[in-house]
Amino acid sequence: MDETTPEPLLELKSLSMAFGGLKVIDNLDLVVNEREIVSVIGPNGAGKTTLFNLITGIYRPDDGEILLEGKSLVGLAPHTITQRGVARTFQTLRLFLNMSVIDNVMASQYGLTKVDIVRSMLRTPGWWKEERQIRARAEKNLSFFGQRLMGYRWSQPAYSLSYANRRRLEIARAMATEPKILLLDEPAAGMNPVETHEITELIAKLREDGGYTILVIEHDMHVVEGISDRVVALDHGIKISEGSFERVATDPKVVEAYLGTKAAATK
Amino acid sequence: MSETPGIPAPPEEPPTEQASRIGVDSWVAESEGRRSRTPAALLARGWESSPDALKLLAFVAIASSVPFWMNEGDLFIFGLFTLLYAALGLGLNVVVGFAGLLDLGYVAFYGIGAYAYAELSSSQYGIHWPAEATIPIAMAAAALVGVVLGFASRRLLGDYLAIVTLFLGQAFVFFTNVANPTIAGKGFTGGANGIPQLDPLTFFGYQLTSTKQLYFFLLIVVTLLATALYFANQSRTGRAWRALREDPLAAEVMSIPVNRLKILAFVFGAAVAGLCGAIYAAIETAAVSTNFSVSVLIIIYAIVILGGFGSIAGVFVGAIVINCTFEFLEPQNDHPEVKRWLFYGTIVLLIALMKPWLKPVLVLAGTIGFGFVVHAIVAATTDASWTSGVPVSGGRWIGHWAVIPTGTHANFDNYVYIGLVVAIVCTASLKGWWRTAALVPTLYLTALAWENVLALNGGITAFVLFGAMLIGLMATRPQGLLGTARVEIV
Repeated sequence: MDETTPEPLLELKSLSMAFGGLKVIDNLDLVVNEREIVSVIGPNGAGKTTLFNLITGIYRPDDGEILLEGKSLVGLAPHTITQRGVARTFQTLRLFLNMSVIDNVMASQYGLTKVDIVRSMLRTPGWWKEERQIRARAEKNLSFFGQRLMGYRWSQPAYSLSYANRRRLEIARAMATEPKILLLDEPAAGMNPVETHEITELIAKLREDGGYTILVIEHDMHVVEGISDRVVALDHGIKISEGSFERVATDPKVVEAYLGTKAAATK
Repeated sequence: MSETPGIPAPPEEPPTEQASRIGVDSWVAESEGRRSRTPAALLARGWESSPDALKLLAFVAIASSVPFWMNEGDLFIFGLFTLLYAALGLGLNVVVGFAGLLDLGYVAFYGIGAYAYAELSSSQYGIHWPAEATIPIAMAAAALVGVVLGFASRRLLGDYLAIVTLFLGQAFVFFTNVANPTIAGKGFTGGANGIPQLDPLTFFGYQLTSTKQLYFFLLIVVTLLATALYFANQSRTGRAWRALREDPLAAEVMSIPVNRLKILAFVFGAAVAGLCGAIYAAIETAAVSTNFSVSVLIIIYAIVILGGFGSIAGVFVGAIVINCTFEFLEPQNDHPEVKRWLFYGTIVLLIALMKPWLKPVLVLAGTIGFGFVVHAIVAATTDASWTSGVPVSGGRWIGHWAVIPTGTHANFDNYVYIGLVVAIVCTASLKGWWRTAALVPTLYLTALAWENVLALNGGITAFVLFGAMLIGLMATRPQGLLGTARVEIV
């Protein structure tokens, strides 16, 4: 069914990665099409975050291919991959805590901008122009979150934000790199039910208004159900199920991975 | 989108007035309101609200007036070297403050600049190039070594980077002092004697020889440097440096080429140090390797730490405080009354910070009384040699207050030292009013140590003071005087 779409945005071909003798990702194939929201689920240690680390170039795969719009990303430095159009957030938040909120979103535009340090020191007209563009883009991305990240907080240091707002800021920071595909690593982790609901709506809005393609790791099944066009279930680095939420959620293999064989048998 | 069972419906969009108050902590606001009434807070707010250009202008205006009321000798020591240290601090601030790389080889780049000037503008090889050619070459040479070091250690962080760069600093001193390879029939670096008799700074045939000329030249250099680095910090590169200081991995994933930017920071620091080295060599008319040792590195670090990592204005404050303190304490620049005021003034100031106000009053009165009593007892029970010493830093009544024996009681100094250390440890481990009471003998012992030993050995005292100051700073204001407090939380 994957072959029906002519040009996938992101394509993983028989990707493998091992830490010593432990196979974390095993012969994984995955396709994400343009403007699609794909969720990756699986128990802890299934290899979900490793998958993100492989796509963003933090790890190098032992085997297989990662293609973005048909071009290979394997072996490229993480910053080059981000410049090609892959941006991510982190499961354990990694904001630039001691920088202001807006600086966080301005800093991640490094790869989009060109004015070198000599021209910055001389404050040439090019610097002024680019600096205005950077600020405008940062404000646009922060405004995406409505009241939650509104004006009066932008000059505050990022550490003053609440946990949920830090998650939002991480998404804004990733958006500011102007990616083609957004990788969200557990965007709803640690959020209360209201905030979780907001995140669900936000991810839908990211696609509708922002036009992003989204690959998301999530444990909260309500979120996964609410947003996903397609769900991929991993266990021990192997894709055990793929398809619509209903199909994956009721797949005996998935139930087994989460609850064990005996539970699957009694089901 | 469809309502999912189990998720409570989100509240209706709250009224905007209420919405904009999300996250405004009334307790924080109140507490900030209370604090803002103290004079220190008003001063801090005034400082923060005035534009940076105005601050620089004020500094330049005051600094330009200095040569007109300071004599030539003092201008050389206090003016010229403060500016030189400020320039050095600005360079180090790029590496350590902006990019957060612990560079302990900084002083080697300073030396490379000095030796580059020495090779190209002296009788060493009979090359007498003008400064407009030599200084850029000195900067380029230092920057080149910076590229090599930065490239070699691009994957290192923290302690490991510190070790590698410290090695460069030591290797440089070793190379210039001991290796001294023979090139073209002459020792390349002149060994322990260094390279003497350098040309004065000559720009396009115009020679800078007098202290005033050099002072104004350095003032221009420092002003331009501060402006350029300020602008650099406000650019995408500056933001990228800050980002990699905060979290290198996140910075890399956010499209910032971390390794390249680290090397760039190294190169910037090195080039600035090279510039300072060339100017320093021309001022001293010699390049000697001992001037680029670890003790100089400590002074530059003390400047940046005192001012606050990452703060350009802080570097200026640090340079003024550290250089002037250091020079005042040097035996050859003997200003006994200044020494006395600096020492007792600092102590009284620190004590005055205690709260409630009754405590400092009691401690000071107690210390003064304690001193007279001790002096009276010692004078009554021992012979005159125990109390007949002359206080080094002068003062009419100090001779009747502090016990200062004459030279025959050589070990007295050592006992005072030991007593002081014991007293400080006791004071630190006590609590409440007991601590206040223990402060009295501690302060008295401090005064004894000062009058008997410290005031005599300026160089040692300076480092003891730096140590004490930095410990005090770390305990009370770890971000430095003008730095921004950094928070390490998850």
